[in-house]
Amino acid sequence: MGHFAGSDDMTKAEIIERVYESLGGHSKKESADIVEMVFETIKETLERGEKIKISGFGNFVVRQKKERTGRNPQTGDEIRIAPRKVLTFKPSQVLKSAINDED
Amino acid sequence: MKPKGYEPRDRTRCEMTKGELIEVIAQRDGFNLKKAEIVVNTICDSMREALQKGERVEIRGFGSFEVREYNAYRGRNPKTGEEVYVRAKKAPFYKPGKELRERINGSRKN
Repeated sequence: MGHFAGSDDMTKAEIIERVYESLGGHSKKESADIVEMVFETIKETLERGEKIKISGFGNFVVRQKKERTGRNPQTGDEIRIAPRKVLTFKPSQVLKSAINDED
Repeated sequence: MKPKGYEPRDRTRCEMTKGELIEVIAQRDGFNLKKAEIVVNTICDSMREALQKGERVEIRGFGSFEVREYNAYRGRNPKTGEEVYVRAKKAPFYKPGKELRERINGSRKN
């Protein structure tokens, strides 16, 4: 079930454009590389199991889920759900208020 | 409670703040701190502004953010049993991208 970016969505390309404008004196390519670097650094940090805390935006936390037994909802068969890590995002109060104040 | 011997810059602390992210970006890309700060802040501000307008944010390989709306409901304060009215609200929801989910789980191939 792929979700495709619609015309109203903000994508990486749009963020790169904004960074290009706010940096000034750097090429589009350099702006794209630095944005890529930011997301790559965040991904590497989360991959190591570390938390990312962005004040004014939110925290990304990797949580360890234990093995459990589930059921296939179609057949009712018992299935083993392997232990795995999940990434959760906890929005900051600033982000939550920003979303609720503007309509 | 912080454990004994807690050091703010200790690698074993297992977290990275925005300020530390800015430092890492400056080191990795040879940008000065000021520029790295502009980049990180612009990324956060762009995403926040989009969500504020009710738009989705889609960062391929990292994940997507969207705003979900929750209806108002009557609840109870679990401590006092008092009835409280919870107003309708919107909240951001993040779904990690496939690449990131796999990397967090040790890039298992399914």
